[in-house]
Amino acid sequence: MAITLDQTISQKQQSWMAKVLGSQTFWILVAVILACIFLSFATDSFATTKNLYNITRNVTFVAIIALGMTLVIITGGIDLSVGSVLCLCSMVLAVVMHAGYSIEVGIAAAIGTALVIGAFNGILIAYLDFPPFVVTLGMLSIARSLAMVASNNTVVFQFGPDHDKLLALGGGAWFFGIANPVLYMIVLALLIGFVLRWTRFGRYVFAIGGNERAATLTGVPVRKIKVAVYMISALSAGIAGIIQTGWLGAVTTNIGAGMELQVIAAAVIGGANLAGGVGTAFGAIIGAALIEVIRNSLGLLGINAFWQGTFIGSAIVLAVLFDRIRNFRLSE
Amino acid sequence: MAVLELANISKHFGAIQAVNDVSFSLEAGQVVGLMGDNGAGKSTLVKMIAGNFRPSHGIMRLDGAELIMHRPVEARQHGIEIVHQDLALCNNLTAAANVFLGRELRRGFGPLRVLDYKTMYRRAGEIFRELKSETRPRDLVRQMSGGQRQAVAIARTMLSEAKIVLMDEPTAAISVRQVAEVLNLIRQLRDRGIAVVLISHRMPDVFTVADRVIVMRRGRKVADKPIALSSPEEVTGLITGAIEQV
Ligand SMILES: Nc1ncnc2c1ncn2[C@@H]1O[C@H](COP(=O)(O)OP(=O)(O)O)[C@@H](O)[C@H]1O
Ligand SMILES: [Mg+2]
Repeated sequence: MAITLDQTISQKQQSWMAKVLGSQTFWILVAVILACIFLSFATDSFATTKNLYNITRNVTFVAIIALGMTLVIITGGIDLSVGSVLCLCSMVLAVVMHAGYSIEVGIAAAIGTALVIGAFNGILIAYLDFPPFVVTLGMLSIARSLAMVASNNTVVFQFGPDHDKLLALGGGAWFFGIANPVLYMIVLALLIGFVLRWTRFGRYVFAIGGNERAATLTGVPVRKIKVAVYMISALSAGIAGIIQTGWLGAVTTNIGAGMELQVIAAAVIGGANLAGGVGTAFGAIIGAALIEVIRNSLGLLGINAFWQGTFIGSAIVLAVLFDRIRNFRLSE
Repeated sequence: MAVLELANISKHFGAIQAVNDVSFSLEAGQVVGLMGDNGAGKSTLVKMIAGNFRPSHGIMRLDGAELIMHRPVEARQHGIEIVHQDLALCNNLTAAANVFLGRELRRGFGPLRVLDYKTMYRRAGEIFRELKSETRPRDLVRQMSGGQRQAVAIARTMLSEAKIVLMDEPTAAISVRQVAEVLNLIRQLRDRGIAVVLISHRMPDVFTVADRVIVMRRGRKVADKPIALSSPEEVTGLITGAIEQV
């Protein structure tokens, strides 16, 4: 039977099922679930309410920043400054509240700081054509140093009149016993997922990562979108900083040190491609979850913590290896 | 009356004089073949008409009114469409997403407007059907053949009724059969009263569809005459510089 042009055009190339099975995120999710099942049987302490509460909450700090990082990575950029920005925003919040201001003022100051840093990164990258790696590497150094300046390198653990509100914000569980940070993470993931799939902004983020020149030629406001993306990345670090401050109840100038690598790892394990053009919000969360489960399980299984880096590193390589194999098959 | 008039248009990038004092006009329903060696300034010239670059000197008039554009969107609002030389496609997006890039359809209202996938898929499918191209709107451009990619780039020009369609090497990377389709499409556009500029290296393409030929050399216009009064030999001479100017 001859296939008409109409039939070819309206044919769907991939079924829903094939799409899911072909996605890296799906297989990482499977890995996370299998690991959880295994750990529930292999140890007594994994599937306890307390441990699960801890795991889900620990995931959130990396996951929230990985959401912002995923946007940056989709445009083909990178943001190395997030760990330091988290630290600076936490410190701004702490210092402002310590000085006697309300929690609202503290949060506004922290978020304002994040947005200014993001805009600075973004403008240098988008309008002055600086390489993202260099600009954000510089900011990694600057932001942490500013945090030290702001606090005189001391630990802040008293947050003025709204001290208890801040601790409840980050440490509480206001909704069905789910840790608050987890709720924030879910809301932010839904928001970013929606933006990527359903808005023109999200479409442009993908277009820039796919072919920046094509995006420019067709009239996509490439520069503005890039600035926005770095602002969102810094903002996500700032939000994570605020929540983490409330949870820890103290801020030191070394919180978030080295966190950029975990965040990038989470995004990449979750399917974001550092070459740009590919990534999802759900993937960022799943990537962060896998890292946390690996960390948690090593402890529970009594494996020396020195092995942690090896396992997480292997997870990164394996996740990307999977992607390579799939691309290889596609190009055959 | 001319649809588009260019008067003494120049464009330089730093010290490079890409386009130098070029004037011509486009008539509705006329196909103009624009020829010239690599680096002659053809792409730069059409990019100025498409709103990608602003001329350094000179003015453009559309239907008699001065045309000043800051962004490609403005050119499209004026009914000027372009197929870029390297097609300007995003490999990671679907065919439909590429067709609508920069002018996505949305539904809902106010700040709650979301992408209207359904209509964009349907509309893109209709255009591919019209182009007789076996291109599926939902496929990623990454997996497409040269002809399908070309169809996606050309489909962009058919989203709205254009006055002027600029095609920068639209037949460079495709098969003979597909070249015939593109040339057919150009005739259809002409018959609908659209002014077409066809940039091509292929002499036969230009001599089959164009009504007029313009030759550029090193940024300058060296010939502008009806195709019937020229010949492939003459055009070749003009491109290489063996013939100075006619
Ligand atoms: N964006 C740009 N920046 C600097 N120089 C450019 C740019 N675009 C084109 N040029 C230069 O302008 C000249 C004309 O190029 P182009 O218009 O692409 O020629 P053609 O399309 O006829 O091959 C070339 O010397 C090219 O290097
Ligand atoms: Mg060219």
